[in-house]
Parts: sequence; C-alpha cells; structure tokens
Amino acid sequence: MNKIYGSAAEALEGVLSDGMLIAAGGFGLCGIPELLLQAIKDNGAKDLTFASNNAGVDDFGIGILLQSRQVKKMISSYVGENAEFMRQYLSGELELEFNPQGTLAERMRAGGAGIPGFYTKTGVGTQIAEGKEVKQFHGEDYILEEGIFADLSIVKAWKADDTGNLVFRKTARNFNPPAAMCGKVCIVEVEEIVPRGSLDPDKIHLPGIYVHRIIQGEHEKRIEKVTTRQREEA
Amino acid sequence: MPWDRDQMAARAAEELEDGMYVNLGIGIPTLVANYVGDKDITLQSENGMLGMGPFPFECEEDPDLINAGKQTITELSRTAYFDSAMSFGMIRGGKIAAAILGAMEVAENGDLANWMIPGKLVKGMGGAMDLVAGVKRVIVVMDHQNKAGESKLLKECTLPLTGKGVVDRIITNLGVLDVVEGGLRIVECADGVTEDELRAATDATIV
Repeated sequence: MNKIYGSAAEALEGVLSDGMLIAAGGFGLCGIPELLLQAIKDNGAKDLTFASNNAGVDDFGIGILLQSRQVKKMISSYVGENAEFMRQYLSGELELEFNPQGTLAERMRAGGAGIPGFYTKTGVGTQIAEGKEVKQFHGEDYILEEGIFADLSIVKAWKADDTGNLVFRKTARNFNPPAAMCGKVCIVEVEEIVPRGSLDPDKIHLPGIYVHRIIQGEHEKRIEKVTTRQREEA
Repeated sequence: MPWDRDQMAARAAEELEDGMYVNLGIGIPTLVANYVGDKDITLQSENGMLGMGPFPFECEEDPDLINAGKQTITELSRTAYFDSAMSFGMIRGGKIAAAILGAMEVAENGDLANWMIPGKLVKGMGGAMDLVAGVKRVIVVMDHQNKAGESKLLKECTLPLTGKGVVDRIITNLGVLDVVEGGLRIVECADGVTEDELRAATDATIV
C-alpha cells in the first residue's frame, strides 16, 4: 500500500472537508505541519475546528487560516502570540475552548488509545471544572475530561520510512505523536523520506500504524523567539 | 532593603536539593537556574525535555530546540526528549519534585491565581494548571505587593484560580512564607525587613 503522496494538496484530496475537527501537532511554531496548513489554506475548506496547543502567529502556522477565516473554533492552551486571533475572538467570530496543556495532550492520547474519558486533578476548583463531573478517588477530587476523536490529524516529523514509521527531532516532537494518534486519518509531513530498513526499529518514536499519508518537503522552520547568550571574551 | 529580582531567585534556588527534577516558570523563576551552583538539578521544559541547557550562542540556534517560553535553548549530555502527553504524564504523575512559578495572587489557603484577569486579554493557562495540580512542591516567587501597593497575599483570591490549595511556599521581595493550617507562617524576612513591616504589607492571615 502506497502512503507517499507528491504534495500536501494531493495528500489532502478526499480527506479534507468543511466543518472538520483537525488535530494538529506543534508547540508555538516548533514542529508544526506548515506545508499542510498552507495547503489547507489553498484548498479553502472552512468552518474548521482545530485542536492545537497554540494558534500560530499572524502570518505563520494556524494564523494563516485565521487570516482567511477558515477556522470556526480553536481548542488550545495558549494563544498569546496572535493579534488576529484576539481580534476575531473578541468580536465573537471565533470560538475558543481553553484546555490546560496537559489535559489537551492527554485528551488526544486518550482519543487515539480508544479511551473516551479520563479523570484528572488538573483544573479542580477552577473555571475549567465548571459543568464537568467530579469524582473522588482516594479522598481527592478529580474531574472528567473527554478524549478527542479527530476527523483528521496533521503532523510534522523529521524522518519517515515509506511505511510511515516516524522519527521526530528534539523538542519538535511535542504534540505531534498524540495529535497523530487521535485522528481517523493522519497525514504527516517530513523533511526526509528514507528507505525501508534504514530507521533503527528500536528508535522509532511513532509506528506507521498511525500514519496514512506521507509527504516530504522543504520547511521554513521559523523561530518565534531567538534567544542567545554572549560568548565570553577569550 | 527588600530583595531584588536576583536575590529572590537566589533565595528560591536554596529550595532546590541535589538530584531534584524541577520545572521553572517564566520571569523571575527562570533566573533561579543561575543560582543552583554545584547542585545536581535537572530542569524540565514541559514542551518535552528533561535536562534543559543554557541559551545557545549566536548562530547556533536550532528551530527544533526551544523551551516552554518558546525561546531557543541547548541540550546537555543528560538530555531526554519526549512528547507532550508523556511530559504532562510525569507532571500529573507527581514525578517532578518542585515547580517554581510567578503569581498574580496567592490566598492564605494556598489558592493560586496567575492565568487570567477578567476583562483583559486572555492568553490561556498553558501548562500552569497541570503543573500546580501535579508537582510535589509548588513555590511561588513574586513581588509582595502589586504596582498599586496592595498585598498580593490575600485572605481569598479575587481572580480566577489556576489551582485550589496548591501553593506550599511563597518567596517575595519582603521574605519567605509557608502556607500552613489557618494561614501563612513567616519563615524569614528579607535582609533589613522587619517582621512588623512584613505583616503590615500582608492582607492574608499570618499565624
């Protein structure tokens, strides 16, 4: 079975449609599926809901789909770096569901693992707990959170073989594995597709069973906050 | 003289013991890393890393290597990477010994508010709610009073909570206080600050 597609646009054919719930990997601009986001913009699919830790910046990441008004709702933990996001949210054009970061990650992981709900201490006694079932375990309160079952997952990895076995690089792994797991269809974009057998089976971060379509491309990999230290003078 | 930012960070670093896995928040907590000295401390970055190193030298930035504040960083020989679900698994699971973080308000029962001000721009809680609910010891480092001169240590928080009854110790520019049964207990005063001055600057019950 061939999982390799020629472009992001081709990989989205037959799987992307209006109103979908899409789980996207990435933390800030690190490890985001930038080619697939651009292809979703070009495709024009609208009323999309994104489960994604962040919403990109104005002109990169999910931000480009906010500019083109293709996003109906965001499920995120932090959206601080995006002025257009704030404008649409404050004017009521965009729905926003804040999830604590670990709750969002676990909701994705749970969805991918066939777990419809789980109890967590995170958010007990806060706004996040409003309307949620509270249950005591060992004398402590926990709230019920639901797994995310996405229609589509879009993720970024460093390398894939043709069967979809994935290797990520450094902190660009972040939300990509749980996001990949929770979708009915998962499309991954990588920097390099390598021959079968060239990845050490003991060092695969996400096995290809979770991956349905693969594309390879050039990534800009923009840095959000370049921070450096001074070299000490010799 | 009350402590300045660096003195507060240095005092917070005294809370850390050899072998601890620690998560540092943004702001003054980040400075704590400068004062751990010879102690064997492993820093966790909740975007998926244990063993966070210093900022890179110019031209050595790696877009695939950032901290939870989205700044470029470096790795160490001990570094391990993992995904966000595992990262918050170790946080929620109580594997992180301490979190040091900033706050807008702390109440005498340990309630913490540091993620939103109603009516102002809301950016989100990020990982703060998970951290305060899951790590073994939560240490707040913040100014004792806000810019209007009002106490940030209160009988009850006025802002939406990040966590309920989660704070263990508070380090401010005026001193160190513990959350205990019935209120806050003064552990020490900053150099040149008297206990009376600290009490006068605090709205929370001091026991």
